[in-house]
Amino acid sequence: MRMIPLFLVTVAVFGVLIIGSIQNKSSRTDAAREFKARFARKHVKSVDHAKLPALQRTFASGREVTEACIGCHTERHKEVMASSHWNWSRQDYIPGRGVRTIGKRNVLNNFCIGVSDNQEGCSRCHAGYGMDSANFDFNDPKNVDCLVCHDNTDSYAKGLAGMPDPKLDLKTIAQKVGRPQKSGCGACHFSGGGGNNVKHGDLEQGLLTATREVDVHMASDGADLDCVACHTAENHRIRGRMYSVSSLNRERATCEQCHGGAPHQSDVVNRHTAKVACQTCHIPRYAKVNETKMAWDWSTAGKLRNGEPIEDKDAAGNPVYASIKGSFVWARNVKPEYVFFNGTADHYLLGDQVPAARPVQVNVLHGSYDDPDSKITPVKVHRGKQIYDPVNNILVQPKLYSRAKGDGGFWKDFNWKTAAEEGMKASGLPYSGRYEFVATEMYWPVNHMVSPKEKSVDCVECHTPNDSRMAGLKGFYMPGRDRSGFIDGLGAMAVFGALAASLAHAVIRLLAFGRRKAEA
Amino acid sequence: MTNVYLYKGFERFWHWTQAVLILLLGLTGFEIHGTFEIFGYRQAVAYHNAAAIALLVLIAFAIFWHFTTGEWRQYIPTRRFLRAQFEYYVTGIFRDAPHPTRKSEASKLNPLQKLVYLGLKALVIPVMAISGLLYMFVPHTARSVALAHTAGAFFLAAFVVSHMYLITTGETPLSNLKAMLTGHEELKTEPELDGARLPEPARGQA
Repeated sequence: MRMIPLFLVTVAVFGVLIIGSIQNKSSRTDAAREFKARFARKHVKSVDHAKLPALQRTFASGREVTEACIGCHTERHKEVMASSHWNWSRQDYIPGRGVRTIGKRNVLNNFCIGVSDNQEGCSRCHAGYGMDSANFDFNDPKNVDCLVCHDNTDSYAKGLAGMPDPKLDLKTIAQKVGRPQKSGCGACHFSGGGGNNVKHGDLEQGLLTATREVDVHMASDGADLDCVACHTAENHRIRGRMYSVSSLNRERATCEQCHGGAPHQSDVVNRHTAKVACQTCHIPRYAKVNETKMAWDWSTAGKLRNGEPIEDKDAAGNPVYASIKGSFVWARNVKPEYVFFNGTADHYLLGDQVPAARPVQVNVLHGSYDDPDSKITPVKVHRGKQIYDPVNNILVQPKLYSRAKGDGGFWKDFNWKTAAEEGMKASGLPYSGRYEFVATEMYWPVNHMVSPKEKSVDCVECHTPNDSRMAGLKGFYMPGRDRSGFIDGLGAMAVFGALAASLAHAVIRLLAFGRRKAEA
Repeated sequence: MTNVYLYKGFERFWHWTQAVLILLLGLTGFEIHGTFEIFGYRQAVAYHNAAAIALLVLIAFAIFWHFTTGEWRQYIPTRRFLRAQFEYYVTGIFRDAPHPTRKSEASKLNPLQKLVYLGLKALVIPVMAISGLLYMFVPHTARSVALAHTAGAFFLAAFVVSHMYLITTGETPLSNLKAMLTGHEELKTEPELDGARLPEPARGQA
């Protein structure tokens, strides 16, 4: 009977341990099962374009194909012509600046810098035909390139001014059009900046053959989703915002659109979602397959060997120096950096005065701990060194591309002065004649390459005093990462003081006891 | 010697459950704090939260018990023999001097214990419970809440260390432990009651 209370103690403690253990046992949720069922049903085309009379012919140009498309899809070109894929700009509200026209046409970056006066080269990735200068006709429906997105043969390819490769079999391509495929989106979105995975870090060729370790969503041994499964579209308005060019928190493709706001079994983990973006824990590393460019120093560009441009490659085959572009740093399996981000951003727009702070921020992701809309978000930070006019205090838009030597393009003439003059003139901006190179930073939120949940960022990678992933984020207390040196110091003194005092007391008691025994 | 039934069934259940829960809370809490690694962070958080709820339930029962039985009076502080008790630990104990106060059912705690346990119950445990609940239910806990919780944890850790030593200072090194396990303790019945060994009068109690 005496021991009944102690038995109850045991029962109570085991109860606590069992409840504590159950909390972390999870089973597949209904939502996850539903996804698997939904994505097991592959899209079936409702129209076989090979059977359409309008496509039983050969096409001499991309424009003829577009005319054929519009013959049936009588209004679709208008949708495309209202989109960013076509306009390379849109009206957007920039917090702090008001409504501005913003897009590829007038933002700068710290890769190939900007589109102005380089249209003929850049428009390889324009959803149109014939953009070879600022004089492109954005109002001609025949200039719309339907095939660049809707090709399902994997053979379509564009060259200068966005014109299709003349060797292409446009008839076959037109007869097989369908929903955009991974490889089609990837043709441009994987290779921005002049090569595979140069820009994003989380968008690259590796996704076409991804395993679940690389990307749970796109993995061929997983859900095998294509881009448009998440980047859904209505009337050619495609969900998804990249903050290298976008400013507003709208029409984004989000994890929540499928997974909801609280998809975890554990309450504690769900509560993280108030301040932590899904990507932060679920994308521990990016550039998992191929290297991405982490730094680009334009100031070393222009060195020639025997009058000819050179390119030096590293062991992985990535250029570390190119006469036309300068020096690069590449990295694979990169741990992201983290910022508070509320979905709005500012950009360096062509002609903006450069603020005094260095490095110059080419884009600024807004957010802070105190802002209820902000979440901790993983980013790739690309660090550059690019041409700058110190007299006018503006970043220079150089003319890089030109068809022939003597046109002023840096990639042919290797002369910064004329490249700057030509580029700034074409952009309608002043140029003092002086240039130098200034350090810049650009922020690319990381959204793809989601790892299997077992590979998510572990609690202690952030909740640790040593080298926490969140070490750079200030303004809040985070258990495990933060402490008061004063309280910890005082506390340790109290605990070890109590221990030392107890031991000392015990020793004296034993000695006194021994002496009394000896005396007795 | 007389055998006194000192600790009732509920009291022992409460004491030992609290002991284990506080030990678990301490280990998991300091793991969450980043002091060491035992269970793994995720498991530590789960155990910490489960143990915290269990302890709150236990405390609710204990409060009820203390008030319905009148046992709360055990913690009314007194200055009588406080100095004598302190001197006993500093010198008397080494000379095998008698305890300055006698333990009885009506007065289980010596004056120093009354003071320390009152501090625990009135200050430290409430601070831990309130800051812990804020931690658990209010998102993005403020730094001050976190630091109060940490300071209380250090205080409790220092208490537990001292407590585990001081329980060896009973009539025999193990008599206090045995009493808390079985409820019964053999107390000396010496006929000569000098002033200093009178049992503490239990105020306001019949």
